[in-house]
Amino acid sequence: MKRLAMPLLALILLLLPLVLPNMYYYDLVIRMTINAVIVLGLNLLIGFAGQISLGHAGFFGIGAYASAVLPTHFGWHPVAALLAGAVATALLAALVAKPIFRLHGHYLAMATLGLGIIIAIVIRNETGYTGGPDGMAVPPLAIFGHEISGEREWYWVFAANLLLSVWFCRNLMDSPFGRALRALHGSEVAAQVVGVDLARYKMAIFVFSAFFASIMGSLTAHYVGFITPNVADFFHSIELVTMVVVGGMASVFGSVVGAVLLTALPQALAAFDGWETVAFGAILMLFMIFLPRGLVPTLAARFGRGE
Amino acid sequence: MKKFARRILATTAGIAMAAGLGTAAMAAEPIKIGSVLSATGPAAFLGDPEAKTLQLYVEKINKEGGVLGRPLQLVHYDDGSDATKANAFGKRLIEDDKVDIIVGGTTTGSTMSMVPLVEKAEVPFISLAGAVVIVEPVKKWVFKTPHTDRMAAEKVFEDMKKRGLTKVALLSETSGFGASGKKESEAMAAKMGITLLANETYGAKDTDMTPQLTKIKNTPGVQAVFVFGLGQGPSVVNKNFRQLGMTLPLYHAHGVASEEFIKLSGPAAEGVRLPAAALLVANKLAANDPQKPVVMDYRKTYGDRYKEDVSTFGGHAYDGLMIAVDAIKRAGSTDKAKVRDAIEATKGYVGTGGKVNMSPTDHMGLDLSAFRMLEVKNGDWTLVE
Repeated sequence: MKRLAMPLLALILLLLPLVLPNMYYYDLVIRMTINAVIVLGLNLLIGFAGQISLGHAGFFGIGAYASAVLPTHFGWHPVAALLAGAVATALLAALVAKPIFRLHGHYLAMATLGLGIIIAIVIRNETGYTGGPDGMAVPPLAIFGHEISGEREWYWVFAANLLLSVWFCRNLMDSPFGRALRALHGSEVAAQVVGVDLARYKMAIFVFSAFFASIMGSLTAHYVGFITPNVADFFHSIELVTMVVVGGMASVFGSVVGAVLLTALPQALAAFDGWETVAFGAILMLFMIFLPRGLVPTLAARFGRGE
Repeated sequence: MKKFARRILATTAGIAMAAGLGTAAMAAEPIKIGSVLSATGPAAFLGDPEAKTLQLYVEKINKEGGVLGRPLQLVHYDDGSDATKANAFGKRLIEDDKVDIIVGGTTTGSTMSMVPLVEKAEVPFISLAGAVVIVEPVKKWVFKTPHTDRMAAEKVFEDMKKRGLTKVALLSETSGFGASGKKESEAMAAKMGITLLANETYGAKDTDMTPQLTKIKNTPGVQAVFVFGLGQGPSVVNKNFRQLGMTLPLYHAHGVASEEFIKLSGPAAEGVRLPAAALLVANKLAANDPQKPVVMDYRKTYGDRYKEDVSTFGGHAYDGLMIAVDAIKRAGSTDKAKVRDAIEATKGYVGTGGKVNMSPTDHMGLDLSAFRMLEVKNGDWTLVE
């Protein structure tokens, strides 16, 4: 099952364009893959390091606005802007995390909550650069002289991106780094006893997931072509954490499933006009009551027991 | 079997049509009007009356036989005041629902996130949001019905100059509306010879503006205060203003033009002036005012159905829908290019927002006469002449 999952994902991504009826569905799938990659990074942090980040939308926002502001106002190449945004996000994450991981408890959640809100406020108020609450247009992304445009081209970019990220995360879990993380996940004390530097590993995974979020922010900005400070909004952070929880903590494919489900749900419920938020909330509650460990781990356990 | 039944249905419909039974409108393929509005979230006070208005008038038009003998079909999505979602729903309207025209985009952010989509897909789009950027520079497929913040600033400064007030303190909200208003006010002040002696801002959720007002109070030479904000903030300003014992002339922008504003401010609203559309003072308009029948009718229709006061925002949606319907009628089809040309050729349409004269260089078509200067007297709006 586990060995089959990766080729299965590749096959689905490869065959999807054959059944997608129009650009709206392309767009929906693209948004799923975007969320899936961010959630993958976030899930490493929540699932393995046992820490919650409530500021991932902020990191996403830094990436998005780096890709919008640097090329527009300073004439940077979009690729350089993307990398600069990602590096800046990683540095910021490291700076915030350094003192926090020396402590026990959920201090990271508090710190990232504040950080995310500060980022959103800065974006909202630096009207001269960011266009303020009304948002700003993002120049297109050109690589080697070719401008990526249209849902069809972007689909392949994001599909490849997702596949690469899943492959990377799974390999990471099987590396010494990943084994250390899993040890951490099992028991922090035991991990410490065998020589795992808790703070260092937790920080590495946090910085890494922020880096992921920033890159996806940049790509999303280029894809959509227009961004507003809402991308860095606190509620967007909550949405991302919800995807992790619904899909299943510490599960690579849980992340993908969570992102797919929670991106599709609001669109599917849009027909309920006015009741969609109620339906959305009810569905989430049912998930929490009946599948508390998340969709993929719960189903995997049931499936495993059945054999 | 199904096919057979449909054929019978089509035949009977054909016979009915031939017999002139007048069911043609319902048998024809509907004209799809797409809409993305912020019916929930922080901008719901704008999006909710807009959505209700569209719903109400689409039903009304259908009852009266539709447009070009075809019924209207409203395809509506709620973006929850999130521009990113508006972009996704915009794509859905264009690609999946294949709408003929889009009337919507409650906030400037939502509108601007859909602009690249409609420009690429070449779908006529009438926006219900305020900022100037929507129609300036002119975008081929994008139109809008509400007055701009620039017009509001111009109207206010014009009134100030009439009263001999040229040294002004600006207090604006850090929301999209306020930020854009601040920018336009600054530009307009420079152009009209108004000096901004103080330029303060407040957050949309702030509950106390005493610090900003104190600073303005202590700035020597200030002759009037102009507040650019939405929702409850401006009412708080009114109260703080009176608490500090300030007696300077106080102006607000068009965003707070509703009965709610007076209710929230209470006696502190006395003497406050603001520019607003005729809709707000419908029953105080002169009998020969060309807008009088339109605004009275909208007020009554909306009030009868929803048992609540009309707002200018719902009026924008009314204007958007009527301009769209009018253009489709004149184009004689739903061909997107023809409808676009017809919208651009709108002349002399009298709506709730004013008289609309579009042109290739003006995709809003309102001039300063669309705004009336109002003053609160004895807890009610009065026209300033």
